[in-house]
Amino acid sequence: MREEREDVMAEQILVVFPHPDDEAFTVSGTLAKHIDDGAHVTYACLTLGEMGRNMGIPPFANRVTLPHVRKIELERSCEAIGIQDLRMLGFHDKMIEFEDQAHLDEQLDHLLKELRPTIVYTFYPGFSVHPDHDACGAAVVRTISRLPKEEQPIVYGVAFSKNHQQVLGKPHLLNDVKEYLKPKMASIEAHRSQFQAAELMGSKKLEDEEIRERYGTERFWIYPFN
Amino acid sequence: MQLINLDKVQLMIESFKDEELYLHLEMTTGAYASHIDSSKHPAANFITNARIKYSHGSIAGIGPYRVGLKMADGWIYSEGLTHWEEQETGRLLLAGHDGQGKLVVSLQLSREPF
Repeated sequence: MREEREDVMAEQILVVFPHPDDEAFTVSGTLAKHIDDGAHVTYACLTLGEMGRNMGIPPFANRVTLPHVRKIELERSCEAIGIQDLRMLGFHDKMIEFEDQAHLDEQLDHLLKELRPTIVYTFYPGFSVHPDHDACGAAVVRTISRLPKEEQPIVYGVAFSKNHQQVLGKPHLLNDVKEYLKPKMASIEAHRSQFQAAELMGSKKLEDEEIRERYGTERFWIYPFN
Repeated sequence: MQLINLDKVQLMIESFKDEELYLHLEMTTGAYASHIDSSKHPAANFITNARIKYSHGSIAGIGPYRVGLKMADGWIYSEGLTHWEEQETGRLLLAGHDGQGKLVVSLQLSREPF
């Protein structure tokens, strides 16, 4: 009975980011916590980050092999977090802002109609530094804004541009994810070509106060529709 | 990738001469350049799967290297190349990585599209 009720109650969460690894620092702890609480998470990753500059040190990937390398890293990161459903949408890295908007929005609309999420995590458009991040967040809020009001999920945006706090104010949601640093660090480490985990961590352990402070909180701003 | 072997790269450049090829050419400072350091000017460009043919080409320098390819109506040029993929036989993959291992520039030639 209990399981049945949990199935019915399971929160549907949709995560939309443009690059494999965007999830790692921003939302992986939050997602691990949601999943622990019984949520079902779909991660729609728009590209394979095939134009990335990091190839590993020394470089074990190259411009041609990078998408394959990063696809595997993304799958491992999702496993580490516990994400049940990974969708790779096949858009071209760096080109999201130039993509045919109708085509992009249609893909997102299909996902929203299929999954009917109650919560969506994405980048806060205009405050996310990388043009792909801003274009991704813009497409998500544009598509959701076309849904009937009662069907619109709450959108938690990740923001980190220099002016983000000046304009958006303090985060609307400050998630303490210190209990989920293990899956979070495993997600970060899964992206081996992108992050040198040893470099990030130094000789520090998960229990170290500095690591807990640095990675232990995830911040979100609620996107205001209308 | 491995550090460029000038002689082997030169041989590959010659082996592709006078053939219809696909070119990938790119240079980037990274999208975060000015976010990390506001004195930096972020810039990038790439062209992928452009059809080209050159009649003469060579690699020069003592590393990082330069490559110039002479076409009927113009040139292809790239500077700052440090690495190549030595296992590749049917195509030439060259890249320049900075001191932190990040790709700054790449020049790739292939008989098939990338």
